[in-house]
Amino acid sequence: MIAAYLWIFLPLGIAALLWLVRSDRWSAVMGSLFGLMLAGAAAWLPINAPIALGPLAFRIEAGFNILGRRLVIDPSDQPLLVLIYGMVAFWLFGTLAVGNARRLVPLGLAMTALMVSALAVQPFLYAALIIQVAALAAVFLLVPPGQAPSRGALRMLVYLTLGMPFILLAGFLLSGVEASPADLALVVQSAVLLGMGFGFLLAIFPFYTWVPMISEEHPPYTVSFILLLVPTIVVLFGMGFLDRFTWLRESSQVSTALQLAGLIMVVLAGVWSAFQRHLGRILGYAFIAETGISLLALSLPDQRLGVQLVFWLVIPRVLALGVWAMAANILRFHAPSLGFGDVRGALRSLPIASGALVFASLSLLGVPLLASFPARQVLWEQLTRNEPGVGLWFGLGTLGLLLASIRTLAVLSLAPGESPWQSRETWAQRILLVLGVLTLGAVGLFPQWLQPFVANLPLVFERLGR
Amino acid sequence: METITWLVVGALAVASVGLVVSRDWRKHLIFLAVQYLGMFILLREHWPLTMSAAKLVTGWMAVAVIGMTQTRLDDSGAEEAAWPQGRTFRLITAALVIFVVLALGPRLAAILPGITQPEVIGGLLLVGLGLLHLGITIRPLRVIIGLLTVLCGFETVYASVENSIVVAGLLSAINLGLVLLGAYMLDSETGARA
Repeated sequence: MIAAYLWIFLPLGIAALLWLVRSDRWSAVMGSLFGLMLAGAAAWLPINAPIALGPLAFRIEAGFNILGRRLVIDPSDQPLLVLIYGMVAFWLFGTLAVGNARRLVPLGLAMTALMVSALAVQPFLYAALIIQVAALAAVFLLVPPGQAPSRGALRMLVYLTLGMPFILLAGFLLSGVEASPADLALVVQSAVLLGMGFGFLLAIFPFYTWVPMISEEHPPYTVSFILLLVPTIVVLFGMGFLDRFTWLRESSQVSTALQLAGLIMVVLAGVWSAFQRHLGRILGYAFIAETGISLLALSLPDQRLGVQLVFWLVIPRVLALGVWAMAANILRFHAPSLGFGDVRGALRSLPIASGALVFASLSLLGVPLLASFPARQVLWEQLTRNEPGVGLWFGLGTLGLLLASIRTLAVLSLAPGESPWQSRETWAQRILLVLGVLTLGAVGLFPQWLQPFVANLPLVFERLGR
Repeated sequence: METITWLVVGALAVASVGLVVSRDWRKHLIFLAVQYLGMFILLREHWPLTMSAAKLVTGWMAVAVIGMTQTRLDDSGAEEAAWPQGRTFRLITAALVIFVVLALGPRLAAILPGITQPEVIGGLLLVGLGLLHLGITIRPLRVIIGLLTVLCGFETVYASVENSIVVAGLLSAINLGLVLLGAYMLDSETGARA
């Protein structure tokens, strides 16, 4: 057997089959079980080693040739596959509570398989093309039949499409830099093109405007899946560039650019979110801040620590954003919109969803004893140790997001005195939200539980993570 | 030969400006088809006939898909609702883009080995006018046409440095995917209006 069959082509095939399933519930169950199975396979089945299952003996080969190119999934990629498919299984399971599984499950699985192939393809520049195909699927996911495409979805399509040409041209110039590293003009040109390409793909300032727009216009759970999957994979793709090209890895200018871009994103997201009057837009700004935080981690002088932090942040982020998006989706179902005016006093009618939303937003901010606290604390400490000013700006961004959370809490609890207390969430919603909140607390209290799993993730990168 | 190439660049400029200025979707499709024909002629410098022809066929398929979708739909009320709508404004901005491209073209030709000045100017014209198109519209049809124009320009330039069949195939697949998505969005938009 070939690894690409199992983790790329099989999910694509299953996604096509799940498109035919008419029931939301079955789609959610089958999609999440399948994601879990793929994560389990990545955790337990060795690649390039004989496997015996009773009388059946086989071997999973790492490489697969397709049209003269290769899709390679080697043993060091397995923890990453566990992370990606585990994350997808978690997200798709949540559709049991929020609905829309018939679109999100098949398209989500297909997008994930495409993203995995983007990480596996060699030469790795082809990833830009595959990410573009996944972006097309993302827009298709956002626009349901019979609904006019929103301005945010169109802008997202434009920006993600514009990123691809820059990355491809940068890749061509980078091969020239490898051949003649002393050619400073070529180095600058390739760095600028690369920066533009990743600027578009990661929604880095000033190309971020579509993020709050789609967060406002579309269901939060669907939007959050896209905003979680695409930047996570693009950041890993970008780390692949740093890992491969020594001059990029060792350049102080690249490190400064990463720090500046990350800081602008965190501060801007913090300041803007503090003034928003729409829960969806606040969620969108939280995503922008999270991408900025990953860039800040990569800018640390201790690159090994930076890479570890990038991975350390992923699991608490997925948990917190999953709970946040699910709670926001439930509020959106019961209110005309997620505008402050429409969700005022929702704590009385949807107490679990409202509470979980605020709890998750606080966890994402790194409030002590919650899931993101340990990794964010280390990052903040490192940033301040290297440059106190950067730590101060980081704190300002975090403060803005904290203000947004406090305003959200205030709005959700501002009910007229005579409103009765009730819980309009379904049992599935209550159970999933409570489990999510408990997990956020447990991961915050016992961060060492993640250690055995996260420790091996940086090994994906041959030079950057070892 | 170079005269013909410059003539093709001129045709590309006319077609791209026509796309920005025109408001009739039928004319859009004609201009788009001319763009793909121009790209085919420019690609012939670097690619074998079969590969260039594949690009032409892909482009014309894209035009056919948009045409088939649009004929089924009611296009009343499909005009741009927001500023700027004026033809003069669009012509002036298109002229500005052309001047910028003429100024920048020779520099890019120096960076990319093996590319001629008409090719780089033709490619940049498409990219620049495609971006202009994207900047002044929020209608799905125009957004898709703008993106196709940008990709058309990029592929013209990129062909001089990359002649892999896989890349050409994937870029064609992306073009077709974009058009299919556009057809879907047009259909959805009309459904929502109805």
